[in-house]
Amino acid sequence: MMSASLATVSYIGAIILFILSLGGLSNPESSRRGNLYGMIGMAIAVLATVFGPRVTAAGLPWILAAMVAGGSIGLYAARKVQMTQMPELVALMHSMVGLAAMLVGFANYIDPMAALNLSGAEKAIHEVEVYLGVLIGAVTLAGSLIAFGKLSGKIGGKPLLLPGRHYLNLAGLLVVIAFGWQFMHAETVNSGMTALTVMTVISLLFGIHMVMAIGGADMPVVVSMLNSYSGWAAAATGFMLNNDLLIVVGALVGSSGAILSYIMCRAMNRNFISVIAGGFGGGKPAKKAEGEAQPAGEVVSISALETAELLKDAKSVIIVPGYGMAVAQAQHTVNEISNLLREKGVNVRFGIHPVAGRMPGHMNVLLAEARVPYDIVMEMDELNGDFPDTDVAIVIGANDIVNPAAQDDPTCPIAGMPVLEVWKARTSIVMKRSMASGYAGVDNPLFYKENNRMLFGDAKKMLEEVLSALKA
Amino acid sequence: MRIGIPAETLAGEKRVATVPEVVEKLIKLGFTVALETGAGDAADFNDEAYRTAGAEIVTSAAQLWAESDIVFKVTVPTLAEVDLMRVGLTLIGFIWPAQNPELMQQLAAKKATVLAIDALPRQLSRAQKMDALTSQAGVAGYRAVIEAANVFGRFFNGQITAAGKVPPAKVFIAGAGVAGLAAIGTAAGLGAIVRANDTRAEVADQVKSLGGEFVKVEYEEEGGGGGGYAKVMSEGFLQAQREMYAKQAREVDIIITTALIPGRPAPMLITAEMVKSMRPGSVIVDMAGERGGNCELTEAGRAVVKHGVTIVGYTDLNSRLARQSSTLYATNLFRLTEELCKTKDGVINVNMEDDAIRGLTVIKEGEVTWPAPPLKMPAAKPAAVAKPAPAAHGASGQPASAGKTAALFAACALLFLLIGAFAPAAFLGHFTVFVLACFVGYMVVWNVTPALHTPLMSVTNAISSIIAIGALVQIAPPMDIGLDRPDGWIRALAVAGIALTAVNMFGGFAVTRRMLAMFRK
Repeated sequence: MMSASLATVSYIGAIILFILSLGGLSNPESSRRGNLYGMIGMAIAVLATVFGPRVTAAGLPWILAAMVAGGSIGLYAARKVQMTQMPELVALMHSMVGLAAMLVGFANYIDPMAALNLSGAEKAIHEVEVYLGVLIGAVTLAGSLIAFGKLSGKIGGKPLLLPGRHYLNLAGLLVVIAFGWQFMHAETVNSGMTALTVMTVISLLFGIHMVMAIGGADMPVVVSMLNSYSGWAAAATGFMLNNDLLIVVGALVGSSGAILSYIMCRAMNRNFISVIAGGFGGGKPAKKAEGEAQPAGEVVSISALETAELLKDAKSVIIVPGYGMAVAQAQHTVNEISNLLREKGVNVRFGIHPVAGRMPGHMNVLLAEARVPYDIVMEMDELNGDFPDTDVAIVIGANDIVNPAAQDDPTCPIAGMPVLEVWKARTSIVMKRSMASGYAGVDNPLFYKENNRMLFGDAKKMLEEVLSALKA
Repeated sequence: MRIGIPAETLAGEKRVATVPEVVEKLIKLGFTVALETGAGDAADFNDEAYRTAGAEIVTSAAQLWAESDIVFKVTVPTLAEVDLMRVGLTLIGFIWPAQNPELMQQLAAKKATVLAIDALPRQLSRAQKMDALTSQAGVAGYRAVIEAANVFGRFFNGQITAAGKVPPAKVFIAGAGVAGLAAIGTAAGLGAIVRANDTRAEVADQVKSLGGEFVKVEYEEEGGGGGGYAKVMSEGFLQAQREMYAKQAREVDIIITTALIPGRPAPMLITAEMVKSMRPGSVIVDMAGERGGNCELTEAGRAVVKHGVTIVGYTDLNSRLARQSSTLYATNLFRLTEELCKTKDGVINVNMEDDAIRGLTVIKEGEVTWPAPPLKMPAAKPAAVAKPAPAAHGASGQPASAGKTAALFAACALLFLLIGAFAPAAFLGHFTVFVLACFVGYMVVWNVTPALHTPLMSVTNAISSIIAIGALVQIAPPMDIGLDRPDGWIRALAVAGIALTAVNMFGGFAVTRRMLAMFRK
């Protein structure tokens, strides 16, 4: 058994390791060590708690059983998951953090020891902490489950827009505050329980409602936002339990998720504040309005064979992948094409838009899985200036992130969103299943540009044809 | 419509406004092209080449001007040429409306539509392909280095030969505009040590990227005058600049000056005193000779030797590389024609709604439309692309307005005041930790490379399973005797919590590990 001081010191060590773990992600070289730091930190924190003064030997069998059960499920999932399913897995894991926060909140509330020596302001603060912890946990749980459903295709990607939904949310908030008042003035645990349960149900509904109103391509924001919420849930639990380790880790995770969602919002030219509050509102219906004016010009299609010819003659090629590549599972074929071209001395690079895919960094992971070296995978800002010197730019299953209307047409719904300027390349090739417009419902003038060619068909099948033509 | 290409009449001008390669493209756009016989000779394009490309060869200038709907020219038209002009014709070329008010009146009297390629709004990224000032300045900058090399008595690159060691030539380039940058690239390519200076500090990176060294003037003042041009600087700055030039003059072998300010005489940078201080055999190429020169001793259009220094003041650097200049100029005009004729039916449409074309058009059907109103485009485009300054947590990347910042600070102050007034001491300890941790997280996470955002999410996910600790301490705490505690319930909740977080804990780290192992060079 460890003394309380020893446990606290171990916590400080764990905190430092967690910070180093996040710091390690600043580049791929140090990231593997960063992950190791995280594991060591977690092991120290758990062991220091289990063998610390607040857990007696009677709990050990329970703890061991729960850990083995949960851990083996986790390891199994981690081994089996495909890289294209990462967003779903992450969303599902967020929901577990949310649920755990909720359970811990309830357990803490019914535990008479938790508030044993508290009175006055301290007791009030403790109750607010419990209430908030359960609230954030419930919102995270419900939101993440819906996000999981949407990402895995179990729930349709279309946003569900209830009439007067902002008022619904507002009413929910008022009810939550009213019950909060009742909760804080409850005489017994049983009477407070009603308020806590009602609030939990409302929070769950709110979480469902919030994410249901969000469409598929906005998922990067939602996933990182839920990441942030799960951190805040941990921090709230830390306040509730007077545990600095939980507070620090919760704050780290919370701010990390908040920054990610901010980066995603900026990449879509959206307002951060309205998103973090879950208020995906006003702009959405307007987005669905079809562009009145059809872009002038005509669409020229190209065959896989001609694409291969173009690539053979090119000196520099930029590949812009989007969600379509993930859907078609085409990343391995893309890698083979890029290897073939690189052997021939072609300068092949990948251009990644911050919101390409369904979660931050989604495309990077897919390309890494296909063994594309990360030093040829560039961020949008790194190579946007290079398109004029590029012979061929290939867009695979992306639309809005390469839409020139975002720059040229101040009236279009995605105006001001930074985009990859593929149209500046000598030739751009867009691989797409059909002429359907992207998620934002905006027609893409890129398709009508003179130097643009369309390669219609399933991305994987088409790329395989291109690959075999290149090999021939 | 019929595009006419007259032979340039200005003495010494060797360029031509279109080349055979571009003639083919113009014909594809639906135009017919006529060329005055011999127009391309000086640029090494003969009539035959144009004829093969599909152009009609016209024998006299008068006939060409009378029959063409559109005329492409290089230099500012002479009054004699304006006389030949058909009423209602469209003229495209260099006009310099500010310097040529009389010409503008004459053109207006001819009811002409005039597109001055020098009036292009260069800050539009779309306009770059039409930017003839840039293409011509680039050629001139290259040629300036070649002229310098021609009269300079030594190698440019340092060599170690059996006959001894040759030090590399030192070249100083004043003004890092398009011409200056081209000169830097060319001189560095020849192996010289290149230094350059410009009043606009933001070009320092471009200088470095071309292999030059940026020499700063030790004086704080911003020299950007809008539209990519320089502006006139203050006296204090000029003094510091003179000292810097004097120092460079003593050290370098070759000075190439490219400093021009729109609508003004060229700034005097190199005094007679500085020329005297240069080593004998040194070379100055003054690209601003036409506008008075950047060097006090420049004689426009000639190369002279003064105090042992060859001062080249040629004003026809472009004509000295006529074939290249013409090809680039022809492409610029072709791009402009494309913009004018989006329908590809050989009919141009001078669309005054289009920012680029509005800027170019100085006379529309006899009506003077110059100068164009300033562009309404968001001027702060570079700011939008710039990296986000880590401002207040969650605030926007651009520096917020003073009012907003003040409001934010006031709100924070009020919040802290409330917490300080009511919260008990124990809570404040945790609150301190919380706020500091938010800041640490903020600082650390901004350093994460965007490529690793997915691993970041999965590792933060794994880390957030630290919430297990909350469940662990509830499962079997040391008990106070006599307390009525619903053990069964609490244990069930806590065990469920531990199991859930264990999924995250093990799964999160494992999947992160799996992902990170895939990232390879």
